[in-house]
Amino acid sequence: MSKVRVSTTINGDPVEYLCAAEETLLDVLRDRLGLTGSKEGCGTGDCGACSVTLDGRLVCSCLVLGAEAEGREVRTVEGIAKGDQLHPLQRKFIEHAALQCGICTPGFLVASKALLERNPNPTEHEIRFWLAGNLCRCTGYDKIVRAVVSAAAEMRESR
Amino acid sequence: MPLDNPKGQSFRLVGSRPDRPDGIDKVTGRAKFGADMSAPGMLVGKLLRSPHAHARIRRIDIKKALALPGVKAIVTRDDFKEIEGDLRDVSRNVMARDKALYDGHAVAAVAAIDTATARKALKLIKVDYEILPHVTDVEEAMKPGAPVLHSDLFTQGVEPTPKKPSNIAKRHEFGHGDVAKGFAQADVVVERKFKNEATHQGYIEPHACLASVGNDGQGELWVCTQGHYAVRNVCASLLGMDVSKLRVTASEIGGGFGGKTTVFIEPVALALSRKAGKPVKIVMSREEVFRASGPTSSATVWVKIGIKKDGRITAGDAVLKYQGGAFPGSPVDMGAMSAFACYDLENVRAVGWDVVVNRPKQAAYRAPGAPISAFGVESVIDELAQKIGMDPIEVRLKNAAHEGTESSYGPTYGVIGLRATIEAAKVHPHYKAPLGPNQGRGIASGFWFNFGGQTCVSLNINIDGTVALAVGTPDIGGSRASMCLMAAEELGIGYDQVRTIVADTSSLGYNDISEGSRVTFSTGMATIQAARDAVKKLCGRAAQMWGISPEAVLWENGHAKPAGANAGDFPPLSLADIAKVAANTGGPIAGHCEVNAEGAGVSFSTHLCDVEIDPETGFTRVIRYTVIQDAGKAIHPSYVEGQYQGGAVQGIGWALNEEYIYGADGKLQNAGFLDYRIPVASDLPMIDTVIVEVPNPGHPYGLRGVGETSIVPPLAAVANAVSAAAKVRMTEIPMSPPKILKAMGEAQRR
Amino acid sequence: MVQVVLWGSLKSATGGATKVEVEAANIRELLSRLGEKHPGLKPQLDRGVSVSIDGKIYRDAWFQPIPPGSEVFLLPRLAGG
Repeated sequence: MSKVRVSTTINGDPVEYLCAAEETLLDVLRDRLGLTGSKEGCGTGDCGACSVTLDGRLVCSCLVLGAEAEGREVRTVEGIAKGDQLHPLQRKFIEHAALQCGICTPGFLVASKALLERNPNPTEHEIRFWLAGNLCRCTGYDKIVRAVVSAAAEMRESR
Repeated sequence: MPLDNPKGQSFRLVGSRPDRPDGIDKVTGRAKFGADMSAPGMLVGKLLRSPHAHARIRRIDIKKALALPGVKAIVTRDDFKEIEGDLRDVSRNVMARDKALYDGHAVAAVAAIDTATARKALKLIKVDYEILPHVTDVEEAMKPGAPVLHSDLFTQGVEPTPKKPSNIAKRHEFGHGDVAKGFAQADVVVERKFKNEATHQGYIEPHACLASVGNDGQGELWVCTQGHYAVRNVCASLLGMDVSKLRVTASEIGGGFGGKTTVFIEPVALALSRKAGKPVKIVMSREEVFRASGPTSSATVWVKIGIKKDGRITAGDAVLKYQGGAFPGSPVDMGAMSAFACYDLENVRAVGWDVVVNRPKQAAYRAPGAPISAFGVESVIDELAQKIGMDPIEVRLKNAAHEGTESSYGPTYGVIGLRATIEAAKVHPHYKAPLGPNQGRGIASGFWFNFGGQTCVSLNINIDGTVALAVGTPDIGGSRASMCLMAAEELGIGYDQVRTIVADTSSLGYNDISEGSRVTFSTGMATIQAARDAVKKLCGRAAQMWGISPEAVLWENGHAKPAGANAGDFPPLSLADIAKVAANTGGPIAGHCEVNAEGAGVSFSTHLCDVEIDPETGFTRVIRYTVIQDAGKAIHPSYVEGQYQGGAVQGIGWALNEEYIYGADGKLQNAGFLDYRIPVASDLPMIDTVIVEVPNPGHPYGLRGVGETSIVPPLAAVANAVSAAAKVRMTEIPMSPPKILKAMGEAQRR
Repeated sequence: MVQVVLWGSLKSATGGATKVEVEAANIRELLSRLGEKHPGLKPQLDRGVSVSIDGKIYRDAWFQPIPPGSEVFLLPRLAGG
């Protein structure tokens, strides 16, 4: 079994790894690189717990091959905070109790950040449809939506 | 422990909304869940599962698989001893013995150097099955000619005990009075049959564990579970280990809702590790979670209720049939006990039948059994209200259980909050909001028992006056924040000065599982007692330093003070002052509590739901939803609201989309989140909440568990709303668009 | 004497009675007397029950006193999610 050699950028850092041709990006992140913040809830692209961005585009990393990251830029939940400075979304998720168990939270944060980069002032309706690919079983989404609205408002003000 | 101050209490911190202590870990990806742990030399464990719904296992040949390079161990039924008694069914569910009883039942497991090798090895295991006829429907399974799952299962609770085995495990009956007499007094009687499909708890984190057993027989287990002490005890029994030799650490847990209160892969991982002499990690796939963990019951429910024209209910009767999967133990007893628990009835009866079928063994799911029976009862009450032309809230107020009511399951209620929730619903703006075309409104109430249980905590005062609190109940929804609040409240220090951890099984005495809405109640009670124990010791140290009697010292706002002028004139000593010199005054200072917490107060909730149906497609949208529930006392209101909202949405999913679909071949057809559709953000409106606080006399702060009751009313609240919008009574859930269209069509033709 | 109310399906073990009387001052005595007097109840008692005393439900507490004249119910052992 020959492995594929991949050079990529993860959360701004250059990274090289060897992976099997059929290995998913999620497995590479979790099992080879120790970035276990991205979670596997289904492995079929239905739950969004493994959400990352690939060249800025929101994807389920369980549906992307590790080899596909070659020459591209991957961003995961581990790259959202700047050092000890939390991103407004991270602060608002805590403040609004937008997580209970927290397993879906990394995916929601990555997805919400991708939304606010495209649309700094989304309506509740837009937030709900953008996040429809991320499953949360604890919160009923209410507090998640509120946290995103609140983070968006804060980010617009500080712009 | 009784309520501290029945006349009303005021708190410094309890009832505020501080950030949770594990928040930053969980928003940065640092928190370690079940699958996030690894160990040097770790192997990958995978299970081989039965493709048949019901089959005798003649032979399992592992020779070829074992010969595959990279395979380090294989376990089958031969590696687990026969167990009798309480754990027999658990053991047989973990690994099939003579028969595979459902599609997905584990028959063998492999540990190999990597996933690809483990998968290849599974394909090389040859299982010789004799396929048997199967049954997956509860009513079919009860019929005389049905395929029998267990030749040694004879119905209990019927007279005389049958001589022939069947799939009917048990009959339960609860109630009082004379229902025939009650129905004779009624002006209107409604009788209906309801049906619900099985649903899954749907926690987003699949079961995962990492086991390591050394050659000395000592084991370590890292696992996502609601109860690591129970996992330890069960695994030790199944594997024939001393309890002391197995240390279990609870990882962060990605949702449980009752589904992580038992064992599935844990004993298998330990057995593989013991055999291979290396750590073994097993992570279930989502498909495995659906096929082979513990969904809830599908059921049929017959309900008959009689009412007077003035709105007074004269009798309630119900027959419940719940399948509990391949082994006895469906929650039909709790379904029967809770069916009429919201009402003050003179004549009431509920009969429950516990039935086995060829499906995975059910596990608890949030208020197990109660949503199913409440769906029937609350639907019939809605219909009766329409028939006598009375507002459904008025009917509920007229019949609501209250202090002194003899409950439908026996005991007389103490102080309860049902009426308060219904009254709050009546005045809530939601109840007056105008409805548009194709829209309907539903209301329903619900009950749950709530539990206490065995609890052990340790509260250590650190040298700088901060506090380390070790608890033994995994934190599923923010309970560490509540524990910090209660400890800080008692000690008179800041919330941030307490750090709460979930300790492993070797660090504390036994703790019951995080279930039954018991954590904030029981662990909270133990935390309060441990803090009071520590305060006593702190006062003792202060007394020593002042040279006065300990009784002459009191604790106020985080300081030891002389109790009065007679005690002497000493400047107050803070907790930090006393902690700093602990070494000189007798050594470490700690508070402890070991308790079997009793006195959990029952809980009630009332929900309002508005829906809109698209008459073209039958698609239903929830457009407004309000949860009103008694919390006794909300320790951290944000997480109380979170429990209300989360339970309501799980109930909405059960009512509208979620269902286990079995084919004629007895195989599960929708073992994935694409086809088993849990609610997503775009399906829902904001979920409004009202926290009612009727203090529980059995807790120092008056709190009642809040985790489960919120899933009890929604099935009926949504069904009542859909029935109003569709102008036809809906009796089967999930109310999928085809079902709604069909019912509307039939109603129009009538 | 304590009057204990059994849940409906246990009456097959007590010759049809849903109310039985035993001499007991606490839960442990109650359970052992019930088992002696009605051996048919033994399997259920061994599997586990809850006892409600004056509206409060106890699952394990052997030494919980049962005051004279209390309202006592035997209930299935309850569990939650």
